[in-house]
Order: sequence, then structure tokens, then C-alpha cells
Amino acid sequence: MLKLFRYLKNYKLQSILGPLFKLTEACFELAVPLVMAEIIDVGIENSDKSYILKMGALLVFLGILGLICALTAQYFAAKASLGFGTELRRDLYHHINTLSHSEIDRVGSSTLVTRMTVDINQAQTGVNMLLRLFLRSPFIVIGAVIMAFLISVKLTLIFLIASPVLAAVIYLVMSRTVPMFKQIQKRLDKTTLMTSENLSGVRVIRAFSRQKSEEDEFKANAQELLRLQLSAGRISALMNPCTYVIVYIAIICIVWYGGIDVNAGGITQGELIALISYMNQILLALLAVALLVSSITKAQASSLRINEVFALSPSVTDEGNAEVECDTAACAVEFDGVTFAYDGSDEPALHDISFRAQRGETIGIIGGTGCGKSTLVNLIPRFYAISGGRLLIDGVDIEKYPFEQLRSKIGIVPQKAMLFKGTVRENMRWRSERANDDEIINALDIAQALDFVMEKPEKLDYMITQEGRNLSGGQKQRLTIARALVGSPEILILDDSASALDLATDARLRKAIAEKTDGMTVFIVSQRVSSIRHADKILVLDDGRLVGMGTHGQLLENCAIYREICTSQHYGDPVQGGEL
Amino acid sequence: MPQPVKKRSDDTALRPLLRYVKPYSPLLAAALVMAVISVVATLYAPVLVGDAVDLIIGKGRVDLDGIKPILVRLAAAVVITGISQWIMSLCTNKVSYNTVRDIREDAFANLQRLPLSYIDSHSQGDMISRLVSDIEQISDGLLMGFAQFFTGIVTIFGTLGFMLSISVKISLIVVLITPLSLFVARFISKNTFRLFKSQSETRGEMTALVEEMVGGLKVVKAFSYEKESEERFDEINTRLRDVWVKAVFFSSLTNPSTRFINGLVYNFVGIIGAFAAIGSGFSVGQLSCFLTYANQYTKPFNEISGVITELQSAFASAKRVFEVIDEQPELPDSANAVVLDKVDGTLRAENVSFSYRPDIPLIENFDLSVKSGQRIAIVGPTGCGKTTFINLLMRFYDVTGGEIAVSGVPVKECTRDSLRASYGMVLQDTWLKTATVRDNIRYGKPDATEEEVAAAARSAHCDGFIRRLPNGYDTVISDNGGNLSQGQKQLLCIARIMLSLPPMLILDEATSSIDTRTEIIIQQTFSRMMEGRTSFMIAHRLSTIREADCILVMKAGHIVEQGTHSELMKKNGFYAELYNSQFTV
Repeated sequence: MLKLFRYLKNYKLQSILGPLFKLTEACFELAVPLVMAEIIDVGIENSDKSYILKMGALLVFLGILGLICALTAQYFAAKASLGFGTELRRDLYHHINTLSHSEIDRVGSSTLVTRMTVDINQAQTGVNMLLRLFLRSPFIVIGAVIMAFLISVKLTLIFLIASPVLAAVIYLVMSRTVPMFKQIQKRLDKTTLMTSENLSGVRVIRAFSRQKSEEDEFKANAQELLRLQLSAGRISALMNPCTYVIVYIAIICIVWYGGIDVNAGGITQGELIALISYMNQILLALLAVALLVSSITKAQASSLRINEVFALSPSVTDEGNAEVECDTAACAVEFDGVTFAYDGSDEPALHDISFRAQRGETIGIIGGTGCGKSTLVNLIPRFYAISGGRLLIDGVDIEKYPFEQLRSKIGIVPQKAMLFKGTVRENMRWRSERANDDEIINALDIAQALDFVMEKPEKLDYMITQEGRNLSGGQKQRLTIARALVGSPEILILDDSASALDLATDARLRKAIAEKTDGMTVFIVSQRVSSIRHADKILVLDDGRLVGMGTHGQLLENCAIYREICTSQHYGDPVQGGEL
Repeated sequence: MPQPVKKRSDDTALRPLLRYVKPYSPLLAAALVMAVISVVATLYAPVLVGDAVDLIIGKGRVDLDGIKPILVRLAAAVVITGISQWIMSLCTNKVSYNTVRDIREDAFANLQRLPLSYIDSHSQGDMISRLVSDIEQISDGLLMGFAQFFTGIVTIFGTLGFMLSISVKISLIVVLITPLSLFVARFISKNTFRLFKSQSETRGEMTALVEEMVGGLKVVKAFSYEKESEERFDEINTRLRDVWVKAVFFSSLTNPSTRFINGLVYNFVGIIGAFAAIGSGFSVGQLSCFLTYANQYTKPFNEISGVITELQSAFASAKRVFEVIDEQPELPDSANAVVLDKVDGTLRAENVSFSYRPDIPLIENFDLSVKSGQRIAIVGPTGCGKTTFINLLMRFYDVTGGEIAVSGVPVKECTRDSLRASYGMVLQDTWLKTATVRDNIRYGKPDATEEEVAAAARSAHCDGFIRRLPNGYDTVISDNGGNLSQGQKQLLCIARIMLSLPPMLILDEATSSIDTRTEIIIQQTFSRMMEGRTSFMIAHRLSTIREADCILVMKAGHIVEQGTHSELMKKNGFYAELYNSQFTV
């Protein structure tokens, strides 16, 4: 949590003034019993009604001052904590945006979303509580002790003994229960997991008639949860009674020793009552701390999780890279002995891959699941750092490019068709912010998406809902293809992007790309032979190795694996065709 | 005569809740008794302190002998308070956690019995929030809230009683001014409501953006869209800060304001009390006692208004939970249901009709006769309702008319477990449990031996990659196999049915996302498995379709054609159209 406090630096003034006003308020509050003591000792003792009224007015005045201070403190606390949250949120968002694919793969984007939303809010609430309430209690406790000291040095001893004992009790209870509450939270998470798993797997569970065992498993978890809750409850239930008893033991001591002191002419009756009030105030203040500790603990846990994200550093960066000069004579993409392994995996996903893609060529990539097809094309925009060899684009090592320049050359259609909330036009402008309608329409046309967009009454202004839920799979896929084509990239990567298209559309799409995109180097990753058959060069991957390279005809002759794939898809037997 | 539908929306959740609390009612009663004892003892303490103070008047005027018994009584009251408070907490904990455990178990148990139609028609997110967060809300709000509510009420009346017994006049002042703090609190919350609404709207906007942009981070990066995305974020972030500061500030006014009012009460009690003390009949000790009460009296009021909001939302949650618990489970197997043990692989559908909604008929007058070992292919465009067919075969749904019989036994007359056990099913959505690879493979046969599991894995061709996993067969699959590729997940699902190898198979596009090379191997395995087994394939591949003994052609939920490949081609209908469409390119 302390690490995150740097986000308060722009709100130094507020975060200092806030607690300061809180302190002032506490002082006014602490003055009340003293004034009351005066009322008793002077006013009642001398039957002086006007004195009592005067002191009463003073109390009201103190109350108003206290209120003003409290409000100011609240204002500063709100300002500082929200400022904290806002800046933290902005920085974390920025940081997340710098992460590369390896980190995203490792952490998972849903985790990042939770860190951005739930955890930051939790931390923000914690800071607010801290500034607003948490400091108040120690102020009151210390203030009450000081006031007691002013009244009677001797009796302060009782305060000096009681306060640490109270703090120790609270500490003991908290230090026992907080880890238990963490375990409880884990169990609750497991409950959620089991429930959601059961809902999504309901058909499989019933197909195997495993309802009973699922139920038993859930019961065991619920029982364990209950056990944890009860044992944590047993300890935390001690807190209130213990603090109460300790405070009253102190009060009994105050009354007894105070009584002796009054008898000896030390303190007055009113002052004795003031001491009792101070003790009561300490009790109330400490109980407030106990309530706050849970939200502070939550904030603490959230802070840890936020810091985990900050601790991730992008595995690929373009720091210090200036715009590079491209060699227009060189080939568009060159892999020179590229080897790549995913994080935490000993086995490289790609072994020593070398090939060249000339400007304007179409490169088909085919191979089995997990053979490294997608991995290969994901290296081109430098989403991952390669572990060996070199990768050149336009004759320049990709590690020398600034991301912006590198990625502006490339249009990517990812495997999973992903669109964003906004109009079709807005979605189409992702690659080039200033693309005009003609360019967009041209791209839609190539991607075979023009017809259905134009059928919508709003045409390019058609609103796509979050994640493109109001479009079919095929429509989404065609739009993501169009999005990559806007602004005519030099390199187009289709990562198994036609899987939701029927064969006819797929063929028309490939034809349009071939005809209408002059000089564009195209990479097509596919499992269908039909999609890559006409490519200028086909790369055949098997288990991360390049096992064949050439045209369809060449490969049929000299690549056994390619032949096998073709046979499995009934290629070379036109009557049987491909897939339905 | 249609049965009148029992409506649950009208009655409150109180009755079912009481049903769950009932077994723990002795504990609850004990908690309530302890609450009363602790409140009374708590309130008695200031009286005793006041009595003692009255014996301490000034120099040489202190009755130390008189104080002693009072302090002893005070100590007793304090110890009683402490013990009774502790016991009360233990009791309420026990009642609330046990009750919630029972509710949780029942809700989950009913989930296992609900008809598929209920689960399919309710969003998963909603169900999870009912079964998880709503139940937690019951535990936090309702039961804990109830304890607080009860002690609050007892405290208010107790304080009132004690105060009245000391001085009616001063009690009246306290009673009259206190509602002011409630009024102030109400006033503030009413006015901050609007701010909170706009705050939560802006926050929703931000969450949506974050979900989209961080969820699609790879796309953002691919298009170098980071800057634009951050600009959009900053804009919302700034707006959020402005409205949030206001909301937090105004809502945090409540505490100081009510504290100020409490201060006023304290003040008035002090002045009036002092006046009364001068006129005698009211002692300084009583004044000090009153001052303590003045501090205490308003607290439960402020707490109770918070508790009431908690209670309300807890009741709403309870209602949502009980809707799931009380939802009609699927009809249990009839008492004389047959256990299918020797399934010969024949299936007969006679005049079957089915629809999800009565007003939209889907399948009508469907007849099918499957001989043992036949292969049935189901084809049609995506979304044509092929899964409906599986729903009926597995009896996830019951037919609305006609009859399906397996091995000559109508499915309605045999137990669901034995019917389902006679099918091996591989669905398009691969589902794996958060458990080890081994447990996942033997999901259908928990007592399978190590060798059987390995054999099944080998025949599904996943032994190799399983061994390469960090802990081999003991690797825990998490996040529905997030650490496995789609192909690997599918292979595991196949291994799962390989283990039990039932006499009939249902394969739903089982190989659609496995690469072609693996697919060949899988298909060879399938062919071996299918020998002598009846199989239903939702098929994409022409080879599968052409080898089928019968093809069911589906379109928009209906079975439009049925026959062998050559029969259907001759018919020149929808199937022929579908088949020919691929050669038009």
C-alpha cells in the first residue's frame, strides 16, 4: 500500500490538511468534557446560572467549529483519495497498454480488467478511509491521554496502562483473524468457481450422471467454509467484549483512585467525570478502528494485486527506437533462423525458421494444431520477442523499429473476430484515424462486407454493440478483415480468419484480395488446403519446424506431410471436394 | 384444466427464511436473551458510575466505604456484559453461518435437479449472482443485520427506560432532539442519491471501456491504438473523478452532521441538567450518567437506519435465492423406471414432436428407426437446431408428443442415469472441470484404474501431450482448460468417453477445431469405436456424411429431409442444394 502512496503526491496539501483538520476537530471534541467539568465544578457548585449558560454557549461554539473542521477534512479527504484513484487508474491503464502479448497471455485479460476496476476502487476507498477516519482514532486516544495528563498526572497512569493493553487486544484479534478471512475469501471464490463450472458443464455432468458427486464436493466445500467462518468468528467475537471490559476496569480504577484523590483535595468532582468521559471516548474510538481495519485490509490486498501488475514489465519495448529508413529493394519479410519459445516453456514453439516473402507475394501457412502457425505470424508485428535469429521487414531488423512505424505497415486479422462498441465507421478507422468513406467502402468491398453493411439503414453509422454481439460470426469476421485493409497496409496477415466464412465467400475474398491490393504482401494461416492452395509460397509447419516450402504442386510432390493433409481433406479428388 | 400457477413474487422471503432458521431456533433464542442481558447490563453501568460520583463531592467529602460496594456491583455488571456479548456473538455466528450453509447447499442441490430448460433460459451470470453474492448478502445483511437491529431496539427502549426512571424532564429533551439527527441523515442521503446515480453511471461507462479495451488488448496493440484508447479513458476518468468527489464528499457529510447534533443533545442535557442540579433533586452523578446516555442513545438510531437498508437488500436477495431453491426440479424418474443395462443400440422415434415454446412448433411427426450399429449424420447450416436433437436423445428435454425408445424401452420409462450412461457424448463446447487431468479423464468412471486412464488417453492420442504437461496426469486444469489448446481440450473430452465406451455415441462436431492430421487419427479411432455402436454425428465432413446410414437434414429447427446420401441427392431438395453449393466457386 505504501508503494501506491506516491499517487498522493499531487494531493500533498489535501492529504496533510485533511488529517490536520481532523486533528483540530478531535481537539474541539476533547475540550467538551473539560468544559463540562467547569460547569459542574464552578457552575453547579456556586449555583451560577449565567456561568452555566456561558459555558453552554461555548460548547455550541466548539461544536460548530468542530463541524466546520470535519467538513473541511471530509472535503480534502474526498479530493485526495479520488485524485489518488484517478491518477492510479490512469497510470495502470497506461502501463497495461505497454504490456506485450507474453504478459497478457500469462496474466490473462480478465485479471487485468479486475485490477483496473475492482481493485483500484478498493484501494481508493481505503485511502479515503485512512485520511478521513483512521487517523481520527489515534488522535482521540492520544488526545484523551494528554487531556487526562493535564487534569491529573497520577491518574494518567491508568490511561497509560489501559491504552496499550487495548491496542494489544485489538492487534491480537486482528492478527489472528485477518489471515483467516483471507482463507474464507478463497473458499468463497471456490464456491463461485464451482457454481459457474456446474452451470456451464451441466450437460456433461448429467451425461455422466455425476450430479450426486458434484453435490458432495460442493457440500464438503460449504462445510469447510462454515468451519473457517465459525473459528474466525469465535476470535473476532472476543474483540468488543474484551475492549469493553478493559475500559470499564479502567473506569473503576479512575473512580476508586480518583475518589481517594478528591478526598485528599487533588482533583475535583467535575474533573473526575471528565476523566471518565475520556475513557469512554477512547473506547468508542478504538471500536471504530476495528470496523475500519477490514476495509483497510481489503485495500491492502488490492494494492498488492495492483502492484503485481505494475511489476510486470513488457518483454518487448521500442524504447529509444527512432524512425528507421526502409530498404525498398529488400524483400518485404525475411525470417532468418528464427527460434521462439513461449514464456516458461523449455520447448521452442518455433525452431530455426528461415524464409523470404517478396513484396506482393501471398504466403500460405498450413499445419496441425499447435504447430506454430499463429505463433509465426504473431512474430511479424513483434508481439513477442524472438529468442534466436533475426526477423527483417523491408531489410530492417524489427527490433530497430518504433512500434508505431512497424505496426502501421501491417494489417492484422486475428483469429478471434473482435470488434468494439461504436459505429462501423469508427471501427474501420482503427488503423488509420483519418480514413475517408471511400477508403472504408473499398476495404469493406474487398472483405465481402459491403453488402450487409449497406443493407443496414444506418450504413456506415450502424452501431456495433459491445464485442459485436449484434453481428453474426461471419459478419464480424468480414468486418475485422475490412478493418485491417483500411489504409492499405503493406503486409496483411490473415490468422485463420476465414473459419466462419463459407467456402464461396472465402474464395471470393481471396480473389478480391489478390486483385485489388496491389503490392500487398499477404500471409494466410489456415487449416483448409483450399484457402492457401493458390498462394505463391506455402509454408508447411509441423511441431514448430518448417518441413516444406513451395507451391501447391511442388509440395504435393515433395512434402509427405502436405500430401497427408491434402488427402485428409480429399484434395486432388474434385468430386469429393472439401467440406460442407 | 390448467393448474393455477403458484406465484412466489407476492409473498415475502420471510417465511422460507424462517424455515431455514428454525432448526437453530434455540440458538437464536439464546442470542436474543443474551442481547437483552448485555444491553441492560451495559445501561446499568453508567447508573452505577453516577451513584459512585455522587459519593465523591469534594475534599474530605468522599464516602470511600460507600463507593466500594458500588464498584463491586459495577465490576459484576461489566463482566456480565462482556460474557453475554460474547455468547451472543457466538450464537448469532452459529445461526447465521449454519443457515447460510444450508441455503447454499440446497440451492446448489436444486441446481443439479433443475430441468435443462430452466438453466438454458436463464443467464449464467444471473444464476451465479443468485447463488453466490445473493447468499452472501443474506449472511451479511439479514442475519447479522437482525442481531444489530434487535440490540439497537433493545438499547433504545432500555436507555429510554433508564432515563425516565432518573428524570422525565431531561429524558424528554433527549427524545425530542434525537430525531433531528435522523432527519439530517435522511436529508443528506436523499440529496446525494442523484450524485451517486450519475457516479455509478459514469463508472459503468468506464468499466465497459476497460473490459473492451483491456479484453481486446491484443487487437489494440496490433493497431497501435494505445494512444486513442488512453485518450478515451482519460476523458471518462476525469469526468468520473469530478462527479465522484462530489458524491463522496456529500455522503460523508452524514457523519459529522449527526455527530454535531449528538453534540447538541449532549450540550442541552448538560445545561438543563446543571440547572436542575442547582435546583436540587438532581445530582451530579445522575447528570454524568445522563451525559453518557445522551452519547449512547442516538447511536442505535443512526445504526438502525443503516441496518434497515441492509435488511431490505438482504430480503431482496433472499427472494432471488429462494426462487432458485423453490423452482420446480425436473420430474423424477418414475418409481418403476427400468434400468437400461443391456442396450442393443436400436433406437426408434415415433411421431415425435417437440418445441421449446408452445407457440413455435419445431419438430413435428418425426419418425426414425435406427438399427444397431448404424451411423446417423445430422447436417444443416449453423444454427439450424442440431443441438435440439441431442437434447432429445439424452433426454435433457422431454418430447412434447410421440415417443423415443432405446432398445425397445421408451425413454420415459427408464432411469435418466442409465439412459445417459448408454451414450458417449462429445460436445462442441469442450467442458473440463477444475481438477487434475486424471480426474477429468475418469469423470464418467471415477473408479477407473491408472492403467485404464492411460489406455484411454493413449487411444485418444493425448497421452503424449499430457506427459509433457508440468505435472503430467496430476496437472490441474484450471479456467476450463485455459492452459490447453482447443484441440487438446477436445482430445481430453474424447479420452473421457473412451474410458467408459458406451454402446451409443453422440458426436457434436467433435473434431471441428482439431487440425486435420490429428483428425485423421481421431477418425480412425472413432471408426474403431463406432464398430458395432450406434452413432449420431453432427457432421461437417462429407466423408462422414456419405458413409452414414441415414442423413437427417435440418433447417431452422426443423428436420426437413431424411434418407441416405444417394436418396437425398436424387430428391434434389435442400440437401442437394447444400451439397452442390460448394462447387459453384
